[in-house]
Amino acid sequence: MIRFSQVSKRYPNGYEALKRISFTLEREKMAFLVGHSGAGKSTLLKLITLVERSSHGQIVVNSKNLVKLPRRQIPYFRREVGVIFQDHKLLHDRTVFDNVALPLVVSDVGHRETGRRVRAALDKVGLLGKERLYPITLSGGEQQRVGIARAVVNRPPLLLADEPTGNLDAQLSDEIMDLFHQFNQYGVTVIIATHEHRHIQRLNKPVLELQDGRLVHDGAPR
Amino acid sequence: MRAYLLRHVQVLLASLGQLARMPGSTIMSVGVIGITLALPGLLYLLVANAERVSSEWHGGSHVSLFLHDTVDNDQARKLAAQLAKRMDVDLVRVVSAEQALSEFKELSGFGEALDALPANPLPSLLVVIPKAQYGQPTTLEKMVLELKSLPAVELAQLDMEWVQRFHVILTLTRRALIVLSVLLALAVLLIVSNTIRLAIVNRREEIEIIQLIGGTDRFIRRPFLYSGMLQGFLGGGLAIVLIALCLHLLRPPIQVLASLYGSGFRVVGLSVVESLTVLAIGMVLGWLASRWSVGRHLTRMQPA
Repeated sequence: MIRFSQVSKRYPNGYEALKRISFTLEREKMAFLVGHSGAGKSTLLKLITLVERSSHGQIVVNSKNLVKLPRRQIPYFRREVGVIFQDHKLLHDRTVFDNVALPLVVSDVGHRETGRRVRAALDKVGLLGKERLYPITLSGGEQQRVGIARAVVNRPPLLLADEPTGNLDAQLSDEIMDLFHQFNQYGVTVIIATHEHRHIQRLNKPVLELQDGRLVHDGAPR
Repeated sequence: MRAYLLRHVQVLLASLGQLARMPGSTIMSVGVIGITLALPGLLYLLVANAERVSSEWHGGSHVSLFLHDTVDNDQARKLAAQLAKRMDVDLVRVVSAEQALSEFKELSGFGEALDALPANPLPSLLVVIPKAQYGQPTTLEKMVLELKSLPAVELAQLDMEWVQRFHVILTLTRRALIVLSVLLALAVLLIVSNTIRLAIVNRREEIEIIQLIGGTDRFIRRPFLYSGMLQGFLGGGLAIVLIALCLHLLRPPIQVLASLYGSGFRVVGLSVVESLTVLAIGMVLGWLASRWSVGRHLTRMQPA
């Protein structure tokens, strides 16, 4: 699903965020991305969603060579990747329903189909019945679930989560992690960036560890 | 296809809502667009009405051909018929020597003194009225030269100065109209692109989120294009109202002036087609401006 070969990312100011990263994540697998803040986790996720372009090396995601993907193809590529952010990135002037529906609206899915899929996604994250509310009235954990519903609503084969439990207490963050685990069991490839080793131990999934922009560990949790 | 059209209608309504939610800045920009479009519109009407006045006078110009006194009335009439066939001539009026004399007697008050003359001292006269499209000074001058060389013609006279001045003024006004229109169109572009820029900055977060979940540039542009187009449309509508208002205020004094000159001249306003053109120009300018503004800001928010 994801293959990095000798990928480096250097920012215009000269800072080298990633240095010769190579790894492969097979389809329908799940992995944790760990490392101190500033180690390059966010940059790596940004390369996979083409928010940033790599400076060197090859990146293949879902059989697409991202280095060669033209700019106008980027939106269509992004519809194949569901992304969950630490700060949720919800639109606060729209209801829960409209937030979750957004990925379907941008890809011109019909009205009825949209309603059906949004309710299915909200059901999966346990928020059915809150679709008419505004995100601001929800708790942090619920807002993150809205973000997850939005990420999965058009059933992407790949899910990326950047510190999805950063602001949540232990119980809530366990629930969120279990949700990701569930999606993985349905066949979705999942990468979760986190610094909480508790989750890694609990779910026992492979780990990609970054240190100062280098990949220092790729395999079973240690 | 239906879903696509429905989406456009939704975006149109959403853009209207967006404009209604910021009434202050919407009224300001629509007001400025309205005034900006009304100015060249009024100047256009000035030129159009001036052209109508001038066509009432056949361009204000005619050529008087004074014939040799050896030419009799039949010959004069024959020559008039010949000249009327020229492509640059609209019509030719014949004033025979006798007609000229009786007119002169009536108007001058020298009646009895003229009776004392042994023969009619006045020559026959042909008044040549050129077609409107040949009313420019250069073509008229050429025509006069040709007519002068006719054997029957003793003297050809053209009231050049007046014609020339009138045409220069009209050309100048037309040129000013074009220059002014271009400048004011640029002003509209700047106004709309600035309001759109503010709207983009206000919704920057929303745009970034839509980009991240796979919204195309076209999808993101759409509401801004509608917003720009709507502002242009409303501005165009306001311009039409302003122009009508100005004409309403100017019409009575112009009518008084025209009646003083014994003319039945009436000021014309914008026709339906011209009004629609103003609306269309407003919309096109609004669209262009927002297209430009959104294009610049979107590329800044995206990786290469």
